[in-house]
Amino acid sequence: MEERKVLIEVKDLKKYFNVGRHKMLKAVDGVNFKIYQGETLGLVGESGCGKTTCGKTVMGLYEATGGQVIFDGVDIHSLNKKEKKEFTKRAQIIFQDPYSSLNPRMTVGDIIGEGIDIHKLYTGKERQEKIYELLELVGLNKEHALRFPHEFSGGQRQRIGIARALAIEPEFIVCDEPISALDVSIQAQVVNLLIELQKKRNLTYLFIAHDLSMVKHISDRVGVMYLGNMVEFAESDELYDHPLHPYTKALMSAIPIPDPDEEKRKKRIPIEGEIPSPVNPKPGCRFAARCRFATEKCKQATPELEEITQGHFVACHRVRELQDK
Amino acid sequence: MNETILEVKNLHVSFKTYAGISHAVRGVDFDLKKGETLAIVGESGCGKTVTSKAIMGLLPKQNTMIDKKNGAQILFHGEDLLGYSEKKMTEIRGSKISMIFQDPMTSLNPTMKIGDQIAESILIHNKVSKEQAHKEALEMLELVKIPNAPQRMKQYPFEFSGGMRQRAMIAMALACKPEILIADEPTTALDVTIQAQIMDLIGSLQKELNMAVILVTHDLGVVASVADKIQVMYAGKIVERGNVDEIFYRSTHPYTRALLNSVPKIHTNNKETLYSLKGTPPDLIHPPEGCSFAPRCEYGMKICRLKYPRETVFSDSQTCACWLHHPKADTKGLPETMIRGGR
Amino acid sequence: METRENTNMMGDIPETEDLFERVGTEGLSGEDIGEKSLTYWADVWRRFRSNKLAIFGLILLVLIIALLFIGPIVSGKDYQYIDAALKNQGPSSEYWFGTDDMGRDLFTRVCVGGRISIYIGLCCTVVMFVIGALVGALAGLKGGVVDDIIMRICEFIGNLPYLIIVVILSMVMGRSMFSLVFAMSLTAWVGTARMVRGQILQIKEQDYVQAAKALGASTGRIIIKHLLPNTLGIIMVDITMSVPGFIFSEAFLSYIGLGVRPPETSWGALASAGQQQLMFYPHQLFFPCLLIVLTMLTFHLIGDGLSDALDPKLRK
Repeated sequence: MEERKVLIEVKDLKKYFNVGRHKMLKAVDGVNFKIYQGETLGLVGESGCGKTTCGKTVMGLYEATGGQVIFDGVDIHSLNKKEKKEFTKRAQIIFQDPYSSLNPRMTVGDIIGEGIDIHKLYTGKERQEKIYELLELVGLNKEHALRFPHEFSGGQRQRIGIARALAIEPEFIVCDEPISALDVSIQAQVVNLLIELQKKRNLTYLFIAHDLSMVKHISDRVGVMYLGNMVEFAESDELYDHPLHPYTKALMSAIPIPDPDEEKRKKRIPIEGEIPSPVNPKPGCRFAARCRFATEKCKQATPELEEITQGHFVACHRVRELQDK
Repeated sequence: MNETILEVKNLHVSFKTYAGISHAVRGVDFDLKKGETLAIVGESGCGKTVTSKAIMGLLPKQNTMIDKKNGAQILFHGEDLLGYSEKKMTEIRGSKISMIFQDPMTSLNPTMKIGDQIAESILIHNKVSKEQAHKEALEMLELVKIPNAPQRMKQYPFEFSGGMRQRAMIAMALACKPEILIADEPTTALDVTIQAQIMDLIGSLQKELNMAVILVTHDLGVVASVADKIQVMYAGKIVERGNVDEIFYRSTHPYTRALLNSVPKIHTNNKETLYSLKGTPPDLIHPPEGCSFAPRCEYGMKICRLKYPRETVFSDSQTCACWLHHPKADTKGLPETMIRGGR
Repeated sequence: METRENTNMMGDIPETEDLFERVGTEGLSGEDIGEKSLTYWADVWRRFRSNKLAIFGLILLVLIIALLFIGPIVSGKDYQYIDAALKNQGPSSEYWFGTDDMGRDLFTRVCVGGRISIYIGLCCTVVMFVIGALVGALAGLKGGVVDDIIMRICEFIGNLPYLIIVVILSMVMGRSMFSLVFAMSLTAWVGTARMVRGQILQIKEQDYVQAAKALGASTGRIIIKHLLPNTLGIIMVDITMSVPGFIFSEAFLSYIGLGVRPPETSWGALASAGQQQLMFYPHQLFFPCLLIVLTMLTFHLIGDGLSDALDPKLRK
C-alpha cells in the first residue's frame, strides 16, 4: 500500500477556558491524532467531552492553549494574517445549528458567495454562475439564491451551509455535528451529500457527532472522547466490533437500535452517574469515577493511548487484563 | 383484555399564525389501554406534540382551535376532556394524567427547591399535611433513584445536572400516581448513556405503578425496546399503526419504511448511500390534497395526489393509510413484506 | 381485504384504473419553499403597518412636523414681532393660539419653538447614537481589558448627576444650542453603548459570525456585513424611544432657565413663560404643553410599534 499523505496532525492539543478564579475548564486536554488526505475521521463522545472545541481549535477558531495543529506541514496557530487567510481557503467548517449559522439578513446567494468575495475568486457573472452551480450541487435550485434563510427548512439550511463551505473549494472540512439538529429523513440526505462530495472531490473530513451509528457509517477511523481526553481510537469497524475501553463499551451498548430483536438480544452495560464537570478535573483517568474496573492506579495516573492491536489505540491501565474477559 | 382508559376521536387542531391557519393535527384517532405503552413517532412538525398537549389541555387558548364539529373527542374513562372547564382540567392534570417534557429546565420552577416543588404538586391534588407531602416527595425522589435524596430535596433545579433534572421531573409527574404518563421526547436533550438510564427508569416505574405511557419521540431506536403499540404520524395524520414487530419488520407504509431505512444499520457497509427521502415535509398552512406524503413518495401514483387513501386493516393492531394497498395499485418492485393486503 | 372508511377525507373522485399509474415524485422537486416571501424589512413594515396605533402615531408626527414648518407661513406673522397693544390675547381668528405677555403671536412662536425642540431632540439622539454605537461596538468586539476599561468609564459617566453637568457646562461654554446638545448627550450615550455592547457580544458568538471568520473575513467585513445589520433593528427602537426623552429634557432645562436663550425659543421656554401667566391666561401654557405631549406620544407609539414589529418572537 502506498504511503498516504497526512493532511492534518494534531499534537498534544490543549484548550482551556478560564471560567473564574483558579477555575480552568479543560475542554480539550492533550489530544493527538492524524488525518490522512481523503479520509473521514470521526470524533464521538457525549456533551461536554470537548469534541466541538477540538474541531474549532483545529480550524483555528479558538486559540490553542497548548500543542500544535499541523496542516500540510505548517502549524496553523503560528500563521500570520496573510497565511491564515490562505489557510481558510483550504479548510472549512459546517456548523451544528442550521438556524444560527446563516446570517438572517443576507440572501442565500450572498451567504454562499461570501467566501468567493473574501478570497476574490470570481466576480460578476462568473460569481453568479458559481453560486448557481453550488446550489444545484446541494440539491437546491437557482431561484433560491435570492431568498432569505428563514424561508428554508432545517435540512435545506444545512445544505446551504455546506454550499457555503464548498464555495472556495477547500480540501478539508470540519463537520461539527452537522446532522444533530435535523430530522431522521433529512439526516440521510445530508450524510449522502457529504459522502458523495467526498468521493467527487477527494475531501478530507473531521466528522464530529454524538450519533454513533451515523459516525460509524461515514467515518474511516473513529476517536472516542471523554472529558477532554481521547480514550479510544481505531478503524470504525474495529471500534464498533471490538470496543476495548470500558467507556466505549458502555457507550456502544447504550445506543438504541431501531430493531426490536437486536435490542432484546444486546446486553446493556450499565454506566453509573453522569459526566463530571470538566472544571479542574481530578488527576488520573477521567473515567475512573464511573468505571466498574477502576483501581487505585486509575485514580492517580492518567493512562496514555497505547496501541493494543494494529491501529487500535486505547487509553486504559487495565485494558490488557480486561481484554480476555 | 385490559380496559381502555383513553380514547382520542377525530382530533383536529389548528393554529392561527401570521401567514394563515396552520392545520397541525388533521384527524387523529387512537386509544390507550391500561398499563400499555403507546409510541407516537414522527418528525418535527408532524403534530405529535400538539396531539399530546391537546390531551393535557395545555394548548394556548388564544390562537388554537380544536375543531369540535367533526365529532372530535378526547375520552378519559368515557368522559370528554374537551368539554371540561379549566378548573376541572386542573384537577385531572398532574393527578390522573401527567406529562414530562423534552427540556426539564423550562418545566421546573428555578426559584423553588426541588422537594418543595414535588410536595406542592402532591398538596394540590391530595388532602394531606405538609409533612406528609414532604415525606411522599422524598419517597418519589428515592423511587426515581436520585442519590442522596434528603439533601437533594433542599436543592434548586440549577444545582441538578440534565439527567437528574429529568429524574426530578419524572418524580414530580408521578407524585400523584397518575394513570397516564405522557412523555414528550423525554430523552432528546440527554446524552446516550443518560438516555438509556431514563428510559429504563420510565419502564420500571410503569410496571410498578401499572400506568399507561404515551411516548412521543422522533427516535425509532428508543421506541424499539419499550413500546407496545406504535403509530407513525406525518403531516398531522396517522399514516400507519401497529405493534413493534409489525412496524419494524412488516411495515406497510412507504414513509415508515423510509424512516427505518434512512438510519444506518449495524451491518450496512461504510459510506454506502443511505436510503433518503427527497424534499421536506409539507407546509401545513396549505396541506396538499390527497396523501401528504405523495410529493416525496417514490411509489406515488396519480391518485395519491388527488385523494386521501382509506385505512387498510392488516391485523387487530396494524392499519395503514396508503393507496398501494388498493387492489388496482401498481405494486411492481415493492418489497414483498410491504404488500400483504388480502393475503 | 377490509378497508375502513375515512370519514371526512373522501372526495367523489372515482377510483378508476388509470389513476393508479405510478408517477413517483415526477414533476415535484420536493424542494419548493412556497411563495416568495418578504425580505426582513418588508416583513417588519408589514407588521408595523398592521399596528393601528403606531400608524396613527406616524401620521400624527408627520402632521406635527408639517405644521411646524408650514404654520408660520400660513399665519404670516413674525415670531419675534412685539406688539405692546396686543398683550395676552386669548385665541381668536387673528391669533389662533392667542398672544403672549409681550404681544407676540403664540401660534407662530409654538411652531418656531417646536422646530428647535425637535431639532435638539434629533441632534442629541444622533450624537448619542454615534458615540454610543462606536464605543459599545468597540467594547463588545475587543472584549477583555478594553471592554473592562470602557465599561468602568461608562459606569462613572452614567452615575454623574446630569443636572450638575448641564449647569457647569452652561457656565463654562455659555448658554447656546451647542452646549445644550453637548451637555445632554454627554451622559446619554452610556445607555446606548451598553445596549450595543450586549447585542454585539450576543451576535459575536453566533455561528454565522464564526463561519465568516472561518472563511477568512476581516474584522471590518464582519462588522459591516454581519454585526451591524443584525443590531440595526434594536438600535432603531432605541433611537425612536430616545427622541421624546431629549425633547422633554430640553423642555425641562428651558423651564428651569438653563435652556435656549431668548429671543430664540422652544416649547420648554414657552411653557416656562406661560406658567407665569397660568392664573390669568392658561392658554399660554396649554398650547406648548399640548404640542410637547402630542409629540412625545407619537414617538412612543412609533417606538412601541417598531419594537413589536422587530420582535423575532412575533415573526411567524
